[in-house]
Amino acid sequence: MKYSGRFGDYGGFYVPEVLIPVLEELEGAFYRFYEDGQFAAELGQLSRDYAGRPSPLYHAKRFSEHVGFNVYLKREDLLHGGAHKVNNTLGQGLLAKYMGKTKLIAETGAGQHGLATAMIGALFGMETKIFMGVTDIERQSVNVHKMGLCGAEVIAVEGGTGTLKDAINDALRYWTAHVADTFYLFGSACGPHPYPTIVKHFQCCIGKETREQCLEKIGKLPDMVVACVGGGSNALGIFNEFLEDENVKLIGVEAGGRGLSGGRHAATLVAGRVGILHGAKAYLLQDDEGQVYETESVSAGLDYPAVGPEHCLLKDSGRAEYVAAEDDEVLDAFELLTRTEGILPALESAHALAYLMSQKDKLPGETVAVVNLSGRGDKDVSIVEKRRPKK
Amino acid sequence: MKTYRQVFSELDRAALIPFFVIGDPDADTSLAVVKTAIDAGADVLELGIPFSDPIADGPTIQKADIRALASGMTVKKALEFVRAVKDYKDVPIGLLMYYNLVYQYGTERFFSDFHRAGVNSVLIADLSIDDADEIIAPATSAGLDTVFMVTPNTNTDRMKVIASKTTGFIYAVSLLGVTGSRERLSDPVEELISKLKKMTSVPVCVGFGISKAEHAATIAAAGADGVIIGSRIVKIIEENLHDKENCLAEISAFLSGVKSAMENRGKTGTH
Ligand SMILES: Cc1ncc(COP(=O)(O)O)c(C=O)c1O
Repeated sequence: MKYSGRFGDYGGFYVPEVLIPVLEELEGAFYRFYEDGQFAAELGQLSRDYAGRPSPLYHAKRFSEHVGFNVYLKREDLLHGGAHKVNNTLGQGLLAKYMGKTKLIAETGAGQHGLATAMIGALFGMETKIFMGVTDIERQSVNVHKMGLCGAEVIAVEGGTGTLKDAINDALRYWTAHVADTFYLFGSACGPHPYPTIVKHFQCCIGKETREQCLEKIGKLPDMVVACVGGGSNALGIFNEFLEDENVKLIGVEAGGRGLSGGRHAATLVAGRVGILHGAKAYLLQDDEGQVYETESVSAGLDYPAVGPEHCLLKDSGRAEYVAAEDDEVLDAFELLTRTEGILPALESAHALAYLMSQKDKLPGETVAVVNLSGRGDKDVSIVEKRRPKK
Repeated sequence: MKTYRQVFSELDRAALIPFFVIGDPDADTSLAVVKTAIDAGADVLELGIPFSDPIADGPTIQKADIRALASGMTVKKALEFVRAVKDYKDVPIGLLMYYNLVYQYGTERFFSDFHRAGVNSVLIADLSIDDADEIIAPATSAGLDTVFMVTPNTNTDRMKVIASKTTGFIYAVSLLGVTGSRERLSDPVEELISKLKKMTSVPVCVGFGISKAEHAATIAAAGADGVIIGSRIVKIIEENLHDKENCLAEISAFLSGVKSAMENRGKTGTH
């Protein structure tokens, strides 16, 4: 491998020997193509005409009135597929095409990354397999159907709690046996090097646009940028552009599930300890001996016990602050945005909104907070109905 | 304590190396299984400490990990388990496990505690030669041998680096994939063995997918110094969860069969 893939001591590539040659090949291809003019032009064109970039920055005035300061939404929910995930799948899918790979595999939690991969599989005519835990298949069935319609095969993963961690385990195992022709399209800014770097690269358009849009619309940078954190891709995608702007507070919101004290959550950075899982050294939810905990969250996309290595470094350095929002607060946020703005947020993204609600009347009225609205909530309607039945 | 060097130099055939997950399906049965394997002629033992997320393992060993964890196996109890095995017979033991368990225990302390209990090497499935510096110094100062994996897609330069950092044996993975029984041996395995044998004097043991006595015999004949058999015998445990006696009898019969097949076609045999 050419680079260490470290963020401080975090990251790296802790994988079985058999995967090293393929990660090396991927690293080489990424650094060869990402600055290549033709690659960049093709990706730029697809991002615009296929995915719908740039996404708008929207001043959510009624939501703002409710919390007592200005809230702007970066509308990644309006992209094709309904989430920021398409930024990454277009980039990696194109990389796969340039590398001459003919088959795609991916893991998925909420089904958003799976769907975004299935779309790209259809677009480039590649055979696509999506690994998805059985629990997630049940709670995100709409996305499962959509993936099937795009021609992807959804492989049900039984292990563990049938969530994202288990899907990654099986995708890695499958990849091990099919390294020659298969491209593993990893869904978040975590996992082994070079994925955290690749995924960040393809997601940092979110922050670049946000910065320009803030300067243009508000005439200044925001005071605060807030994003939910599962593996960390949408958060890093929007944070990256503001890392040097020390007056811009960066806040990552993790899944507090049923509450931190009971252990039924997925708040890795808030409550975890450094360990090694899925190829990277990072904060990890685990017991004293290092067995990885099963996590819980109302949102399948955040239901993951590890987190991207760069977030670990941002936490330690204090550049970003990480907090947790519990399921009930998240459902409140989902309902509030829907009622005040007519926008259904993904339950993942609703974590970021829940943080803003917790700051209601605590911040000066002129505060400008930008939320990365990473996805839309159509996929979550039945979960909300179940957890919040109409009286 | 018996060393790998002693075992490999004493044998005029390939070493028989069964793999088990410690505590599968429970600590007592697991110990009985390991003793049976020793009695059936195991020259070296490869033992796994169960982990929640074994990404290099196929379904059979995943299930063994789950059974072992469900029955309460822990890293601390694995240490006692190793001591109990060594009390029974001084057979070299290589651990095969995942990095997080070592890391959480504290790498130096893990190596010295397990070496004192009787372990000869610790192979970490998710730590490649690129990060070997994190473990070689503490392993060596604890008195452990080093074991690293080579796979059919490892390039020649890399193989040389791996061989140069290995003191115990090279664990040659016979195929591209995870652990699990296979009907046939993979095509590249014999080529892999001969390439390694030409390159290095470090012993070469072959594992992953070896499921039949003939497989073992073929691999031994190709020049391997040891044959590692995991999923095939772990499967016997899975199939006999309610019949311990039959489980032990089948494991014993299977390993004896492998051993005599290898004896009939010794290292220097048909190659
Ligand atoms: C809409 C949405 N937001 C956020 C996430 C979490 O992923 P990440 O932390 O990589 O942005 C997901 C994952 O499925 C998602 O679907």
